[in-house]
Amino acid sequence: MLDRDEDILKAAEDWQKAGRGVALATVVETWGSAPRPAGSSLVINDEGTFLGSVSGGCVEGAVVTEAMDVIESGKPKMLEFGVADETAWNVGLSCGGTIRVFVEKVS
Amino acid sequence: MKLAILHELNAERAARRPAILVTDTESGEQRLVKANDFAKDPLRVELEKQLRMGKSANVEVGGKKLFLNVYAPTAKLVIVGAVHISQALAPLARSLGYDVTVVDPRTAFASAERFPDIPLVAEWPDTALPPLDVDAYTAFVAVTHDPKIDDPALLHAFERGCFYIGALGSRKTHAKRGDRLRAQGAKDSDIARIHAPIGLAIGAVSPSEIAVSIMAEITAVLRLPPKEKEEAA
Repeated sequence: MLDRDEDILKAAEDWQKAGRGVALATVVETWGSAPRPAGSSLVINDEGTFLGSVSGGCVEGAVVTEAMDVIESGKPKMLEFGVADETAWNVGLSCGGTIRVFVEKVS
Repeated sequence: MKLAILHELNAERAARRPAILVTDTESGEQRLVKANDFAKDPLRVELEKQLRMGKSANVEVGGKKLFLNVYAPTAKLVIVGAVHISQALAPLARSLGYDVTVVDPRTAFASAERFPDIPLVAEWPDTALPPLDVDAYTAFVAVTHDPKIDDPALLHAFERGCFYIGALGSRKTHAKRGDRLRAQGAKDSDIARIHAPIGLAIGAVSPSEIAVSIMAEITAVLRLPPKEKEEAA
């Protein structure tokens, strides 16, 4: 995958420098027909503003919520979304894939 | 991620230098490995493989689960010659994810009607090429058939270390081109870098088929490990 994520990481740096709490969520593993490949990322700030994507829009809401915890605690988290997981249905990754997303604070 | 690492990563990306971020997904520990430092890294083999594939991946080393996130610059394709082949090549390359620019000083060729939505520079290579920042993540093809245009363009490509250099023309044409370029200071090793006749030998006839053979060759050079690359060529 060629790199098209420039504004995302730039935004992460800019937001952090501007004094915002910032978390970075990165797809680290995919199975099945996951919509975004490993390495795709989403950056979230403590106002709930986000850029980029880790899925086709299916699980971003849940990732943003978890990212708020990560910004608060400073501890990284591994999230998993998939069809086998009931909560995944709730948040909507119904395309048949499974993804693992690593969420970390920028500090 | 530490802000210092993020800053360093953004600097490498802005400079179009590849880098890989290695994350221990259990501890959260991270380090950034710049392409220049791959050779002396304990993960050398894995890093080189993932960069070549342009693909992020998980590896397990010494009981540690590591995620290798690959940051490779967007590859560019510079096409010198706004000819019929280029009309097929430019959109094909773009669909493969390349940033494409077409250069041709002949304004009748380099017209927006012939190349809708493709960045065009209707200037001689000496003027057109320097601002394009041709680099090691650039594939470079010269297809005008006109030595006045192709030759200076190829000399520029040698200087910038493009990962792929191709030029249109038969073996005979290419032999003459070699002589001309040497007379202008090119080394034998530079001439040897030119893929000519251009493209994989797939019996391409039409401009579109030639475009496919060129992109297939560029893909092979970009993705295959060095040994298999020799076999494919």
